Amino acid sequence: MSEESRQVPVASDQDVVRVRQLVRTVSVEAKLSLVDQTKLVTAASELARNTLVYGGGGYVEVSRVRNEIRAGIRIVFADQGPGIVDLDLALTDGYTTGGGLGLGLSGARRLVDEFVIETAPGEGTTITVTKWCR
Amino acid sequence: MVKSARCGQVVWLGEAAVALSPDESGRFSDLLKEHADGLVARWAELVGAGLQGRMSRPELERQTRDLQKGFQQALAAGARDLKDEEAAELRAQLSELSSHRARQGFSANETAISVFALKDAVLDVLGDTDDINTLRAFVSFSAFIDRAALFTFDSYVRVRESLIADQTEQLLELSTPVVKLWDGVVAVPLVGTLDSARAQVVMERLLQTLVDTGSPYAIIDITGVPAVDTQVAQHILKTVVAARLMGADCIISGIRPQIAQTIVALGIEFGDIATKASLADALRYVLGQKSYKVVAAKRTER
Repeated sequence: MSEESRQVPVASDQDVVRVRQLVRTVSVEAKLSLVDQTKLVTAASELARNTLVYGGGGYVEVSRVRNEIRAGIRIVFADQGPGIVDLDLALTDGYTTGGGLGLGLSGARRLVDEFVIETAPGEGTTITVTKWCR
Repeated sequence: MVKSARCGQVVWLGEAAVALSPDESGRFSDLLKEHADGLVARWAELVGAGLQGRMSRPELERQTRDLQKGFQQALAAGARDLKDEEAAELRAQLSELSSHRARQGFSANETAISVFALKDAVLDVLGDTDDINTLRAFVSFSAFIDRAALFTFDSYVRVRESLIADQTEQLLELSTPVVKLWDGVVAVPLVGTLDSARAQVVMERLLQTLVDTGSPYAIIDITGVPAVDTQVAQHILKTVVAARLMGADCIISGIRPQIAQTIVALGIEFGDIATKASLADALRYVLGQKSYKVVAAKRTER
């Protein structure tokens, strides 16, 4: 039940900044607490950078959602990249193939309420995260 | 080449098919010369209407007269296309005009109209005509002006791009000052997004300042960084390690509650690096390390 959704293409570092700004704006509109705003913005920053660096670019879609009890924000990160071969390994703290800290994917999962990842080798990766207002 | 244009087929612009014939360039050169005053007045009027008084009339007329001379001389020299050797002077003039306009903050539209308006001015001078040859000549002349305007537009964009590149560089410089807080204590207040380019500048500046001032302490203040993700954290950690290699101790300050919670959730560890909530705390900590003691001065009655 999405109300409105906004899409941003991710093809450069500037786009990651744009995603961050969009998520912040939507978080403020949805009246998320300051801590939750920061957590969601940080998670979006991590995942958007993954989309860019490992997925070779893609798009991010931000939408306001609502279930029976609460309102929230859902963000979809999609790329047509090589996909993730070993998902368990990729979600392990400290594992990286790109020289980073290896905390982006696993850390982002801890920063949001719902985290769904669809991927297969050669099929691209789509990650959907949701943060509910408390 | 000229023939194909005459057949009324669709010929794409930019090919020699629409170039002026020597006869036509001579004719337009004469026309520009003969009606110079009328043309310049009408032309300046058309351009002035678009600029809405942001340029004085005498200046505009001088500019327009120069351009008119440029066009006239290029055509008189036998230029059939803007790419020709004879039009080199005109091209230089056009790029100077567009760089002038771009730096003064005029829009691309306002810059292009400075050239396009010549068409209307010439049409006014030609008046009503049924002569097919005059019309054909005007179409060729108009294509010549189109290319001149496209050229102007191109140089306008190039100037704007170089302006933007300059500003980006200036912004990098602006946003990363290293300040001296105390004898032997320097601080870097970070504001905004810390991407790889800025992280590099910050690190270079900080390390150089450490050498120049011989400071044993550096405080990195992240109060102005809106979100600390793993990339930002990694840049900060690298800077701290580099400073340590040079024998300086780094303290990270300005960690707000929401940032602290996010860092914990992400699982970033700052290890044995001292972190403080505010810059004041960090300074007090450093002074303590240096065995200074901050005490209130005793008020003496006079």
